[in-house]
Amino acid sequence: MTEPIENYIDVSGYKCRVWSKGKGDRIGFLPGFGGLPKWIPFLDILAEDYEVVVPSIPGFPGGLGHNNYDNHLEWLLAIHDLLQESKLLDKTTIIGSGPGASLCADIAALWPSLIKKLCLISPWGIYSDNEPMADPWAQRAHEVSELMCDNPELWNNLKSEPAGKNSVEWPIEQSRALEASARIFWPLGNTGLEKRLRRVCCPVLLLRGVNDKVIPKSYMKTFSKNISGQTTTKEINQAGHLAELDQPDIVAKEIMSFVSL
Amino acid sequence: MKHCWFHLMPYTELPDDFRDKHESVWVDIDSKLFDPERAHHMYNDHLDEMEFAADVGFDAVCVNEHHSNGYGLMPSPNLMLASLARRANPNTALCVLGNSIALYNPPTRVAEEMAMLDCISGGRLIAGFPVGSPMDTCYAYGQNPSQLRERYAEAHDFIKKAWTDPETFSFNGRFNQQRYVNIWPRPVQKPHPPIWVPGGGSVETWRWCAEMEYVYCYLSYYGFQAAKATMKGFWDEMDRLGKDRNPYRAGCLQFVGVAESEAQAKEIYAEPAEYFYDRCLRVSARFANPPGYVTEATQRAGVESQIAAAANNSENGVANTSALPGIQKAQSINEIRKDGFTKNAREFDAIVENGYVIIGSPDQVAEQLREIIHELRFGQLMLLLQFGNMTKEVANNNTKLYAEKVKPLLSDVWSEWENHWWPKPMSLAKRANINDANNTLAAE
Repeated sequence: MTEPIENYIDVSGYKCRVWSKGKGDRIGFLPGFGGLPKWIPFLDILAEDYEVVVPSIPGFPGGLGHNNYDNHLEWLLAIHDLLQESKLLDKTTIIGSGPGASLCADIAALWPSLIKKLCLISPWGIYSDNEPMADPWAQRAHEVSELMCDNPELWNNLKSEPAGKNSVEWPIEQSRALEASARIFWPLGNTGLEKRLRRVCCPVLLLRGVNDKVIPKSYMKTFSKNISGQTTTKEINQAGHLAELDQPDIVAKEIMSFVSL
Repeated sequence: MKHCWFHLMPYTELPDDFRDKHESVWVDIDSKLFDPERAHHMYNDHLDEMEFAADVGFDAVCVNEHHSNGYGLMPSPNLMLASLARRANPNTALCVLGNSIALYNPPTRVAEEMAMLDCISGGRLIAGFPVGSPMDTCYAYGQNPSQLRERYAEAHDFIKKAWTDPETFSFNGRFNQQRYVNIWPRPVQKPHPPIWVPGGGSVETWRWCAEMEYVYCYLSYYGFQAAKATMKGFWDEMDRLGKDRNPYRAGCLQFVGVAESEAQAKEIYAEPAEYFYDRCLRVSARFANPPGYVTEATQRAGVESQIAAAANNSENGVANTSALPGIQKAQSINEIRKDGFTKNAREFDAIVENGYVIIGSPDQVAEQLREIIHELRFGQLMLLLQFGNMTKEVANNNTKLYAEKVKPLLSDVWSEWENHWWPKPMSLAKRANINDANNTLAAE
C-alpha cells in the first residue's frame, strides 16, 4: 500500500486535506464515523481502476473548521464547497460512509445535476422510533470498536497512533472527529434527510454490513423507498457499520460493478 | 468565612442492590425505582432541612440543577429557591448553583426567573452559572456537546445584558435571536446579583472568572484532597493574571458529619456516606464524555473532568476518554495516586481516610476545615451536611452541631478580607413582612 498524494484546500477559511491516488475516472469518498486518520486498503483497491479523491470533512482527521458551522444549511454549503474544490461535483460518482453518506445524499438532493452516481454505505441522517439508530457517542471506550466493525481490531488499528506521531495531537484529532460528527448529527443522527431523499434522482447503490450494529436494516428500505433514482441494495457479509474496513475487497467490487454499469 | 448549606436533594430510597442491578443513577436510571408519594415526603423533608439550616445561622442555602438523576431531585432549582425565598430566614443568602444556562433558549427565562427570585427575596440571590454536567446537558437535555460552551458563553452575555440594559434591546446571537428583550421584573441587586461559576479544572474557566470578577467554585464530591491540585492551579493562574489573593474569589464543597465524638460520628454517618458513594455515584461511563464537552485546550492540559473520574470509578468500564491524552493517563478504575488518594472508595473508612467526608467532634471538624480552607484558600465554603439517605433528624442534628459548635470556631478565618461576591439585599426594614398575616399588602 503506497501513500496517496496529499493536498490542502480552503473551506470557509479553514484547511481541509484532500488525498488522491490512482488514474482513471474520478471517484470521491466521504469517510464514515471517526474519519480517516490513515489511508485504508479499500481506497487502494479502488485506486487500481480510478482516481480516488478523499476530501476531509471539517473536523475529521485532516480537516479543520467544524466549529464554524452552527446548523445543517451551513454544513451542507461547506460540504458542497469541499466537494467542489476537490473537483467532485462534475457529474462524478461519490461514495459516502455513515455520516459521510448522509452528507453525500444531501448534496445530491440539493444539487441533483452535479452527481452522476451515489454509493451510500450505511448512511446516517434518518431515524426510526421503532428501530433507533445506536448512539455512537454514548459508549465506553472498548465498545466503540465493537460497534463500528465486525472485526474490532480493524477500528483499533485505524485509530492507533503511528510511530513518530505527536502523542498529544494524534488523540486530539481522533476526539475532534467524534465531535465533528456530533456537531452535525447530535443527538439522534437524524438531519431530516428522509424528506429530501425524493430529490435524489441519480442511481444509488446502498450497502450495509450484515452485522452493522449502528444502522438498522430497515433504514436501507427507507432510503430505497424515498430516493427517486434507481436504487440497488446489497448486504455485505461479515461486515459491520464500517463495511469498507471489514470487507474492503467485496465493498470495492460492488462499487466498481455499480460504477461501470 | 462564609458557610453555605448545600443540598443535592437526593432520592433517599434507592435499593440496597442498586449497584448490582442498575447501570446508572443518571440519564437512564430506572423510572420504576421512583415512587412519587415517597418523593412527596423527600421534597418536603429536604426543604425543611434547608429552612432549618437558615434558621440556625448558615450564611446561605444552596440548590443546584440536575436532570434524570437519582441523587439530585432538582430539575428546577429555581422552584426550590422560590419556596425558600418566602419561608427561610430573611438574613440568609439564597444561592442557586445554578441554572445550566446553555440549556435555555431563549435564556430570557433564566434572566427572568433569577430576577424574580432576587425580587421575592429582597436581593438575597447568588446566581450560579454552571456549564452543567455532560449527563444533564448533553444526554438528559440533548444539547449538542460541540456547541455547549459556545451556547453557554452567549447565554451568559444575554442574561447579563437583560439584567443591566435599561432599554429594550435586540439580541442577534449565533444561537439566540430576539427582537425584543426587556425582562420584567429586574433584579434588586445592582448591577446584578453576584455570579458564581462552578467548574472543573479548566484554565479557560479560571481566566474567565478572573476577567469577569466572578467566584470560581470547585464542587468535588471527593473532598479537599481531590481539590488540591485544582485550587493550586486556580491560584497560580490568579497570580499570573495579577489578581489579588482574596480567598472569597473561590468556593469549595465539602461533605461534613459532626457528632459529639469521632466514634459517634462514625456510627451516625457511615450509612449515608456509603449510600452516596456506592449508589449515588454509580454513573455509567457511557455518559461521561460526549465528544466536544472537554475543550481541546483542556485535553491538551491533560485535566480530567471529575465526572469522568466518577464514572470511571463507578462501574465495570471506563468512559470513552481514550482519545483524550490527559484523561487517558489519569484515572482508571483502580488507580491510586502516589499520595494514597483514590477516587473509588465506597466503604466508610476509605471514604473518611481519603477525605471525601470530614467527620468528628466539633473541634476535630473545625481543625480539619481550618487546615483545608487555608491550604486550598477559599472563602465560600459549601457544606453537604445532608448526604445520601440521611434522615431529616440526623441532617438537622448535623446542621445544628455545625452551626453552634463548628462555625464559631472558624469565625476569624479570612476576617481581614472583604467578600465582594456576596449579595447586597434590601434592608430588613424595607422588606415585606411576609410571615405576618395581618401585614398590609406589600404593594400598598
